[in-house]
Amino acid sequence: MSSYSTNEFKAGLKIMMDGDPYTILENEFVKPGKGQAFNRVKIRNLKTGKVLDRNMKSGDTVEAADIAELDVQYLYSDGQFWHFMNPENFEQLAADATAMGDAKDWLKGEEMCKIMLWDGKPLGVTAPIFAILKVTETEPGVRGDTVTGGTKPAKLETGATVRVPLFINEGDLIKVDTRSAEYVARAK
Amino acid sequence: MTDWQPAASLSNLKLRAELLTKLRAFFAARQVLEVDTPALSRAGATDRHIVSFRVEDGRGGALYLHTSPEFPMKRLLAAGSGDIWQLCKVFRSGEAGRMHNPEFSMLEWYRLGFDHHRLMAETAELIAALVPGREPPEYLSYREAFLRHAGLDPFAASPRDCMAALKRSGRHLPSEEELDYDGWLDLVAGELVYPALGQGGLTFIYDYPASQAALSRVRPGNPPVAERFEAFMDGMELANGFHELTDAAEQRRRFEADRTYRQAQSLMDVPMDERLLAALRHGLPACAGVALGFDRLLMIAAGTRAIAEITAFPFDRA
Repeated sequence: MSSYSTNEFKAGLKIMMDGDPYTILENEFVKPGKGQAFNRVKIRNLKTGKVLDRNMKSGDTVEAADIAELDVQYLYSDGQFWHFMNPENFEQLAADATAMGDAKDWLKGEEMCKIMLWDGKPLGVTAPIFAILKVTETEPGVRGDTVTGGTKPAKLETGATVRVPLFINEGDLIKVDTRSAEYVARAK
Repeated sequence: MTDWQPAASLSNLKLRAELLTKLRAFFAARQVLEVDTPALSRAGATDRHIVSFRVEDGRGGALYLHTSPEFPMKRLLAAGSGDIWQLCKVFRSGEAGRMHNPEFSMLEWYRLGFDHHRLMAETAELIAALVPGREPPEYLSYREAFLRHAGLDPFAASPRDCMAALKRSGRHLPSEEELDYDGWLDLVAGELVYPALGQGGLTFIYDYPASQAALSRVRPGNPPVAERFEAFMDGMELANGFHELTDAAEQRRRFEADRTYRQAQSLMDVPMDERLLAALRHGLPACAGVALGFDRLLMIAAGTRAIAEITAFPFDRA
């Protein structure tokens, strides 16, 4: 099992802490001239997303988290798991709802996603930044109103709901930013 | 490869040169003699929390890059040099970060007949000469600073009290037994006390716990306190000074206690400076001395947050 000393710490390093995998967001070396040296780190739990501040004694070592990121293609969902394929070796991976997080709101099939594995098991899935999806339910559009800036909820083919401009109709294709879950434009 | 270029801007490099000129003028006006002592020596610093760079001497033995010029400067004082100052590069292994570079410029000076209070006043004058326009200095005892900014009395608090104070601000901490009592005080200081100091002008902290005396005199009392001070500006430690210990026997005891500590912690054994001890036995005149991180003063003058911004070639591109 590989490990890291605090003097190897830097943003992006994946470490184990209290049994959970974390990524280092910020690392600062803090040392009174004559006193004990510390590392002040901000870390994010890769399972829960929770961010915490931690002070560590400099020179301490922590176990490295076995984290890998793969580009995979989304295949289908059976309701309980979301199935992906690694196009390099055709290996299939199944992520549960917790690992999927918000990514499940934007996938309908064949999208290339990023999947994060911890000890070989899916820990998180990131959808492509933009998704083109069909509106399946919304109040009727207001013809010609492309400027007033009002919005209404619209349900998409994946089941997700986003705020869209008033002129959007059922059956329209729209482009959504999956990071913020916001409407970007009408798509053709 | 683009990291052949300097990390500091040309204007910050010019600022360094300007401050150096002012520094020389400051000490010339006060008739303090500029001296030069070796960077490489047989003996090293036994400080518990400072790691020396160890260098092969070419004959199967070891030499140490100095972590401060303190010992040879005290030998000069014992030999009758009178007031002296020096600006030199010092080396501390493993100290790298936003405010640390393993090789840095230290300004150190000694004043005969001064105690730590008089030297604090002169330190404030020197800083004001180099970085003018700040508010007048504030003076707090170590105890007052902890009471004000961490809500605890460092002479009465237990490690658990330190942990409770730190946890109130949502920090996750090492386990209780991982740090000794001074380690917990250092963590409280670094997280809660020091960052709050020196806002607007200099803050001096003085009269440290006797366990953190380093090379300062301990004044008997209840509790006894070390006649040591540190200076802070913008939450950053700038200088550390002592009303200097002149007692050779006590100095040897402290060196030996440091070496015992280092052995217990499996740290590199560093030979103590017998020549310093001999000089102390001969007689070190009563004096106070202070070491100031010149790069950090430059950071303040330049208004930068990182030491790399005022260093031509920081460690990662040295």
